[in-house]
Amino acid sequence: MAAVKKTVDQVKALEAYEHGFVTDIETEFAPKGLTSDTVRYISAKKDEPEWMLQWRLEAFERWLALDEPEWANVHYPKIDFQDAYYYAAPKEKVGPKSLDEVDPQLLETYKKLGIPLREQEVLLGVQGAPKYAVDAVFDSVSVVTTFKKELAAVGVIFCPMSEAIRDHADLVRQYMGSVVPVSDNYYACLNSAVFSDGSFVYVPPGVRCPMELSTYFRINAAQSGQFERTLIIADKGAYVSYLEGCTAPMRDENQLHAAVVELVALDDAEIKYSTVQNWFPGDPVTGKGGIYNFVTKRADCRGDRAKVSWTQVETGSAITWKYPSCILRGDGSSGEFYSIAVTNGHQQADTGTKMIHLGRDTKSRIIAKGISAGASSNTYRGLVSTNHKAANARNFTQCDSLLIGKTCAAHTVPYIEARNATAHFEHEATTTRLSEDQLFYAQQRGLSKEDAVALLVNGFVREVLQELPMEFAVEAQKLVAISLEGSVG
Amino acid sequence: MLEIQNLHATVGGTEILKGLTLSVPAGQVHAIMGPNGAGKSTLSYVLTGREGYEVTDGTVTLDGEDLLALEPDQRAAKGVFLSFQYPIEIPGVPGLTFLRTALNAQKKARGEDEVSAPEFLKRAREVAKSLKIDFDMLKRPLNVGFSGGEKKRMEIFQMAMLSPRFLILDETDSGLDIDALKVVADGVNALRSPDRSMLIITHYQRLLDYIKPDQVHVLAAGRIAASGGPELAHQLEAEGYDKYAA
Repeated sequence: MAAVKKTVDQVKALEAYEHGFVTDIETEFAPKGLTSDTVRYISAKKDEPEWMLQWRLEAFERWLALDEPEWANVHYPKIDFQDAYYYAAPKEKVGPKSLDEVDPQLLETYKKLGIPLREQEVLLGVQGAPKYAVDAVFDSVSVVTTFKKELAAVGVIFCPMSEAIRDHADLVRQYMGSVVPVSDNYYACLNSAVFSDGSFVYVPPGVRCPMELSTYFRINAAQSGQFERTLIIADKGAYVSYLEGCTAPMRDENQLHAAVVELVALDDAEIKYSTVQNWFPGDPVTGKGGIYNFVTKRADCRGDRAKVSWTQVETGSAITWKYPSCILRGDGSSGEFYSIAVTNGHQQADTGTKMIHLGRDTKSRIIAKGISAGASSNTYRGLVSTNHKAANARNFTQCDSLLIGKTCAAHTVPYIEARNATAHFEHEATTTRLSEDQLFYAQQRGLSKEDAVALLVNGFVREVLQELPMEFAVEAQKLVAISLEGSVG
Repeated sequence: MLEIQNLHATVGGTEILKGLTLSVPAGQVHAIMGPNGAGKSTLSYVLTGREGYEVTDGTVTLDGEDLLALEPDQRAAKGVFLSFQYPIEIPGVPGLTFLRTALNAQKKARGEDEVSAPEFLKRAREVAKSLKIDFDMLKRPLNVGFSGGEKKRMEIFQMAMLSPRFLILDETDSGLDIDALKVVADGVNALRSPDRSMLIITHYQRLLDYIKPDQVHVLAAGRIAASGGPELAHQLEAEGYDKYAA
């Protein structure tokens, strides 16, 4: 009986990850493994200029000299970097891409994921609904970017990174690697060598980007990693809101996702960056498979009064290792970090942020909500620092952990380094368990146990959900509920 | 309406209810009184299906339907409502959101149409006014930072909004001053109707001056030790529970 029950539970749990399908599409791979030839292969595939290839090769040399970091509170067998594909792309005709030329299979995939690529469909949507420009990245390449013309009319550049390297080389050369240097850390360095695609955004001075920009990342091919690279530049007085979403099929093996995201905000510019991360978390019972999400995200508030806001909803991945950070360089600049990290099954998350106060009168705010269920482990790790010149730096940090069940763990590791006596840092932290009292109370009023958990958790994360663009907040709310299905009783 | 036959129940392996039999006909209000530790709260949790309260023998039916076979939320959808002795705080969830979610879950379970937002709000305003509840309080996270009296009033508010058929009030008067008690009692009395029954669990007779019961039962040592009219409550107030001690 126990075995039957286990199987039933397994099937149920699998159903919970609704993006677990594989698209049967012809794929072109780089030769397996990682050598300087792999790097050359990728660069050649992308038809890159010589400077880009040299940049990559230099990164590769440095990567060879680096050691994998071991300080995070996550545990996994050593990764064999030679046993993976570093480039996988749907086979297709060469040439300029319009929607009509995109493989219908691919469009079908994105449709299944609920992503509106077809501009008509978006336009036919609810009247007055905001428009979203979408860049879709499938394995190693960007397959389509929508609304390019509308954006170009106001001077906004939104295109795949590979295209930006060719068409906007000056901007790319000026900013790429300026926030996350090539050898910043092991995975960022690896990414610098083999990054495939990603999004590039430039918003010119004084322009408020007229629509939400978003990128959807999909890992489809087996045994392949995804190494995308995103660069967003908001010039003086510009504003842009950007959202990324990620999904992957269910596979038994672990797949590596090592992205680099760089944001640059100049004087009076504002960037809002939201992530809804739902990579396959691995089998909830055995812990087999799932994505290793080792990502470096950093924003540089390079100008005075620049503002960057990170919002993340992390429900997927077997292991998450990421710390979206803000370098508050400009005087009066500010950074925000709002995070919901949900772990269930055997997931492990070590995530948080770094707020580095360098300018005068800089402000930062951190609201992190961790929810652990099943046999998972959830760590908040954060750094708030000022150097001696950063007078009047202000930070408020709130870390709340919610435990569901008796086999999960929550950790909070805040680092605070104040080298200026005028700094004013506040830190609040709570850890609570979802109580039987609350569950029963909600059930007595008519909610099923699952709905009761969803409602209570929703209350716990409300402050953060409010920071997401509305449509995504609804999505994220559902996602959090689905991720916790089967976590009680 | 509610029929309890020879109910035995254990909590953590200890038998608390030891053959309780009770019948509450439709339209009637019955009071359960008894000393501390007699099993009054256990009875309310057993009737509502709380985990950890294990029925070892006996039956409970609501209009002939086996109540014990149902999950707590299913019982709620059948119209069983418990006003908690200690209402629970629900951080981050506004009272109105909580209640509307609950109401619609019940309606869905009964195969009824969901209530629309404007309709719900209109009714919520009316009920809040009758219970002297500041409407803004309903927008705050449910019960968080509320005083004891406010929490009890919120229970009665929820009760009125959900219009249950069988109401259990567990020590509703505790923590209420006399003015609040009158407001709460008025709210409860307004819900009295021929197709609704109530079980009022109380340690003191005070509440029964405002909500007149049809029958009073003494619960002692896990069983109904005596039953009678409202005069029994006064007698208990005067004499105490000593003679029912096990």
